[in-house]
Amino acid sequence: MFIHIRRACTMLAAMLLLTGLAYPLAMTGIASVIAPQAATGSLIMRNDGVAVGSALIGQEFTQPAYLHLRPSAVDYDAAASGASNLAPSSTELRESVKARRHAWEDLNNGIAPIDAVTASASGLDPDISPQNARGQAQRIARARGVDPEQVLAIIDANIQNPLLGIYGQPRVNVLMTNLALDAELAPRPAPTE
Amino acid sequence: MPDLIGYILYAVALTGGGYLLSSHMTCVYAGERNLLSRFLTPVERGFYSLAGIRPGASQGWRGYTIAVLTFNLAGFCLLYIILRLQNLLPLNPDGIGAMAPDLAFNTAVSFVTNTNWQAYSGEAQLSYLAQMAGLTVQNFVSAATGMAVAVAVIRGFAGPKNSGLGNFWCDMTRSVLYVLLPLSVILGLILILQGVPQTLLGAAHVTTLEGADQVIARGPAASQIAIKQLGTNGGGFFGVNSAHPFENPTIISNMFQTLAILLIPVSFCFLFGRMARDQRQGWAIFAAMAVMFALGLAMIHFGETGGNPLLGAGPNMEGKEVRFGAALSALWAEATTAASNGSVNAMHDSFMPLSGLVTMVNMQIGEVIFGGVGSGLYGMLLYVVLAVFLAGLMVGRSPEYLGRKIEGREVTLAMLAFLSIPLGILVGGAISATVPMALQSVQDAGPHGLSEILYSYSSAVGNNGSAFAGWNAAAPWQTTALGLAMLLGRYAIIVPMLAIAGSLSDKQQSPSTAGTFPTHGPLFVTLLIVTVVIFGALTFFPVLALGPIAEHTVVIAGQGY
Repeated sequence: MFIHIRRACTMLAAMLLLTGLAYPLAMTGIASVIAPQAATGSLIMRNDGVAVGSALIGQEFTQPAYLHLRPSAVDYDAAASGASNLAPSSTELRESVKARRHAWEDLNNGIAPIDAVTASASGLDPDISPQNARGQAQRIARARGVDPEQVLAIIDANIQNPLLGIYGQPRVNVLMTNLALDAELAPRPAPTE
Repeated sequence: MPDLIGYILYAVALTGGGYLLSSHMTCVYAGERNLLSRFLTPVERGFYSLAGIRPGASQGWRGYTIAVLTFNLAGFCLLYIILRLQNLLPLNPDGIGAMAPDLAFNTAVSFVTNTNWQAYSGEAQLSYLAQMAGLTVQNFVSAATGMAVAVAVIRGFAGPKNSGLGNFWCDMTRSVLYVLLPLSVILGLILILQGVPQTLLGAAHVTTLEGADQVIARGPAASQIAIKQLGTNGGGFFGVNSAHPFENPTIISNMFQTLAILLIPVSFCFLFGRMARDQRQGWAIFAAMAVMFALGLAMIHFGETGGNPLLGAGPNMEGKEVRFGAALSALWAEATTAASNGSVNAMHDSFMPLSGLVTMVNMQIGEVIFGGVGSGLYGMLLYVVLAVFLAGLMVGRSPEYLGRKIEGREVTLAMLAFLSIPLGILVGGAISATVPMALQSVQDAGPHGLSEILYSYSSAVGNNGSAFAGWNAAAPWQTTALGLAMLLGRYAIIVPMLAIAGSLSDKQQSPSTAGTFPTHGPLFVTLLIVTVVIFGALTFFPVLALGPIAEHTVVIAGQGY
């Protein structure tokens, strides 16, 4: 029996060094060389060097001049991802979808697509569907005092298509599109406190 | 139509990849030279000389079993200690505290049994050291344990008489060095290039476009995600697993991860055929698994793309990410529950009732539709023993498999192993559905509440690790009860299967004659599927009728809770 315990402990120690330390640390080292930006969270820097967010992580938008994200069960808390996990038969889910649909349709004066009224899996979904984005164009144009066609053109330029035309859904990254709106359309809306 | 083409391309890539890998694995487990020998053989020899292992020494089933259990027990102790002391250990930039004793027990069992059930949220409750030196190590060695046991079982079924089951230490070490580690490096690099973080920096603090503060958790994720998929572990770095945009940022990362979930389980079918020196035997098992996989995928696909009539037109997008949509979420859900992986890219709790039913059945039949790395194959061999026994009863001949007689001892052991599954799920679930303290974990009212309990115990016993995540898994009752369920689901299968292998290994292989029931044709494949359905699925039909099937009728009637 003792020999088994000795072997088990020795093998475990060897595996700890190899797979628990050498492997992740080597991968971290390689990552910092081949993809330093992606490996540290795909952060987007402003000209003054301050990070405005991660290209991959949704952040809350409430101002009318910006594209809005999908509902989040965790209020876009990127330190505690989460979903509603409500059952398909849940009346709570049905009520919140109804309320979100009213809110979206009042704000944007159109028919809410399904992704605009359902909470994402991570609570941090950075994308919305093209229908959802285009549906918000009128409101954004009004808030910025520009022609809706200009807003639609920027949204369309930011649509990412499915891989090979078959895998995944067409989508619009909200933060990147909002940055493009700010860059290409004056005036820049004043931040609210 | 594009979805169907996507699924078919996926199946082709998976089968091709699995077949190629099985050829490499055949060399690895035979101890022959392979592609990586030049670089890794010195490391392998170093490990053996440190631990005093003679690689040629083959073990009997008892020796092999003792080695497996001792190694897993040592792994459990190490992981438990790391989790309890993570606040005192280095690599904790976000200052995370020690894990509570019951949660640490649950987590340690979960990772040692290859379940990766997570009653905690990674970014909030684990230090980087616990993720790397604690969880990642078990991701490798628990997977390698399953692979080693499967190889030993194959040797017992198909190897020469009285040659033993091989050497656990060698099989485990070779699984890590020549299979899991190189594949993880490749997959990890792909994920890093796609945007999965791999850094020791603490959380990022940013000021959003609207001027708010946002704290973005990150860490050495890519290295852990790679092995979590390849080793059918499934434990996420972040709380929402591969639905998190950092854990699975793009369609490319999603497709590679979905392939990685099933790659090694698929290749085990072919490895079985190669080691049995009759590849048709491997293809027969593959075919039975593939048919059940396709049926399950079709049901989830139509459920999720069809959407929820209570919420309006469009696919069921509650708990799904836009980039994946309904189809890739359905493919992932089928893959992750068919394999005992348990990682998710969408929230199963919000799936339509019949999709949830499919994921539960996949786990309840014992994770044998490809299943966990290694464990899927030895689990399916359990059903093979029962299937040839049934066939033998029907035609009145003494049953044989691969030329060896299946007798009372083997069938008794197979039934013993099989019964541990309903014991854990139905008895464990029933207690959890009646004890008031345990019932507090349920989130949703109505039949879905029962589904939440059923899913949790199915996941634990099947060593899957996914959850209906609205259910509170962190309550002390559940951390303890599910910890025990995971132990039952792992070792109450491993020990009898090794005993069956040992017993078969002692028997002479007789050449097949005109009277031998062939175990490679469509007839056998059908019989095997029927056996799985009768033994596995029907055991659970009554409780499934009260859970997901009842909920389905509620939803189509336009009602809710």
